[in-house]
Amino acid sequence: MQKMQFKIVSLILIALFYCIQGNAQNMQKGKKIYETRCLACHQADGGGVPNMNAPLDAASNVVGKDIARLVRIIRYGYNERVALDGFYYSNAMTASPDLKDNEIADLLTYIRNSWSNKASAVTIAQVQAAKKKK
Amino acid sequence: MYKLSNLLLACVFVFSVNAQENAGLRLPAGFSATLFADQIGAARHITINDKGILFAKLNYPNKAGQSIVRMEDANGDGIAEKQSGWGKYGGTGIYVKGNQLYASSDDAVYLYQLDANGEVTNPTAPKTIIQNLHSRRQHASKSITLDPQGNIYVNIGAYSNACQEKDRSVGSKGMMPCPILDSAGGVWKFDGSKENQSYAEGKRYATGLRNVIGLDWNNQTNSLFVTQHGRDQLNTFYPTMYTDAQNAELPAETMYEMKEGDDAGWPYVYYDPFQKKKILSPEYGGDGKLEGGKNALNPLVAFPAHMAPMALLFYKGNQFPAKYKEGAFISFHGSWNRAPLPQEGYFVAFVPFKNGKPSGEWEIFANGFAGADNNKSPRAAKARPCGLAEGPDGSLYVSDDSKGAIFKISFNK
Ligand code: HEC
Repeated sequence: MQKMQFKIVSLILIALFYCIQGNAQNMQKGKKIYETRCLACHQADGGGVPNMNAPLDAASNVVGKDIARLVRIIRYGYNERVALDGFYYSNAMTASPDLKDNEIADLLTYIRNSWSNKASAVTIAQVQAAKKKK
Repeated sequence: MYKLSNLLLACVFVFSVNAQENAGLRLPAGFSATLFADQIGAARHITINDKGILFAKLNYPNKAGQSIVRMEDANGDGIAEKQSGWGKYGGTGIYVKGNQLYASSDDAVYLYQLDANGEVTNPTAPKTIIQNLHSRRQHASKSITLDPQGNIYVNIGAYSNACQEKDRSVGSKGMMPCPILDSAGGVWKFDGSKENQSYAEGKRYATGLRNVIGLDWNNQTNSLFVTQHGRDQLNTFYPTMYTDAQNAELPAETMYEMKEGDDAGWPYVYYDPFQKKKILSPEYGGDGKLEGGKNALNPLVAFPAHMAPMALLFYKGNQFPAKYKEGAFISFHGSWNRAPLPQEGYFVAFVPFKNGKPSGEWEIFANGFAGADNNKSPRAAKARPCGLAEGPDGSLYVSDDSKGAIFKISFNK
């Protein structure tokens, strides 16, 4: 019984370890994509540019529940001039139609867990579900 | 113990006063600054009438629901103790000429009447001078200036970065000819006294200008001068042609003298300040070296890339030392597209002029608006210089459109 418990605990620990490591890897991949495609506008600190490019840091939508919307914004770009946390932004966001599902998942995981943001990681399944919803 | 705490308090007091010396700005010797107003809203352009009353146009209404703020320093201590406002439309342009006050939204220009005391008589019922101009989000702000004859010049910025078929998209080609230029990407001229004008009543005065937020009439040359915001993102769209470091320095922000019919070359070319040439845009087949724009103007002054010139003002006063007379002040909002390299700008620059021509290198006049050196974050900048105005006594005013400060800069003989 003791042995059994030990096995379960260590299994959980190992699984946790891989999870965290997997997350760290996803974060790293997401960061790379962010730096090449997003940083120019949203800046290194995720703070964006007042009146021009929306901030991703501390943005309620970015850490929010509507993953499908975030996926669409990345795929198709964004140019709607709606109020985001009470402010408007004038620039037209570049679309990234060539990003693969796993890359979008990594990228979203990254922006949802960088700077002051803390939110759940995004899975490939969630990215695929977003496609179907459309 | 009591003494110690007093001493501490005194230290804190001295320190905080010092921190606010010259309202936090760094200025040439002999100049000083005060924080004329603060937190008034997103103050874009500013203008002052001959009574010393300052009007600021806000990008969007402030908490008090005003989009034009009137400020006055009655006791002369450099701080506006009187503040009021009106107007419901956001915008950028504001310009006083005699007893007339013009202000712009992103698609129209309105005219207010001033009485003998310099006060607006019709705040809720301005005349509509120009209307239905394109306002398509990017570069939508309408800067204005007037010539001595009363013609009004309006910037209609291009609603695009480089006139690609699909704006700001990797691999999308430039449209030939660029269809935007028929109704934007230039400066339009209207009659400053006629009501309800639009494109049909106006005239495209100058073209090939991506976005001109700073413009001013030069009385010496009797001509229009403008400062253009150069295109963005050469490295994002053409990573094999431009490194991040090259993008941080390309293209130059440029100043032109625009006569009627002139063309500054956007979107077909951009100005490379190192090769000192008009280079064909990569969207139009350029490779970073091929030249283009044979008939386009060369800039009079080339400033570092992406710093975003927000206002241009020729100094007419006598308060500042002689070198400043008839020279140009330019406010730089501060860059974003130099990332991942450090940002630049967040200052007011000066270009000396003689006989209507730049007579020396540009220099930084007032610095320290961003609060911290080597600013990497536009969001964290304490202030972003925007509008410029000259008071009747020759003092220079600078507005900040992030937190809503107005700085007053004077020379202390
Ligand atoms: C050309 C500049 C630009 C680039 C490049 C860019 N964005 Fe954006 N982004 C914007 C602008 C502007 C908005 C706001 C658009 C609007 O209000 O219509 C925005 C909005 C967003 C939003 C919505 C924020 C909210 O509060 O709802 C997300 C998420 C986002 N961007 C993520 C990204 C990611 C991830 C990338 C890189 C793949 C990226 N952006 C690249 C300019 C850009």
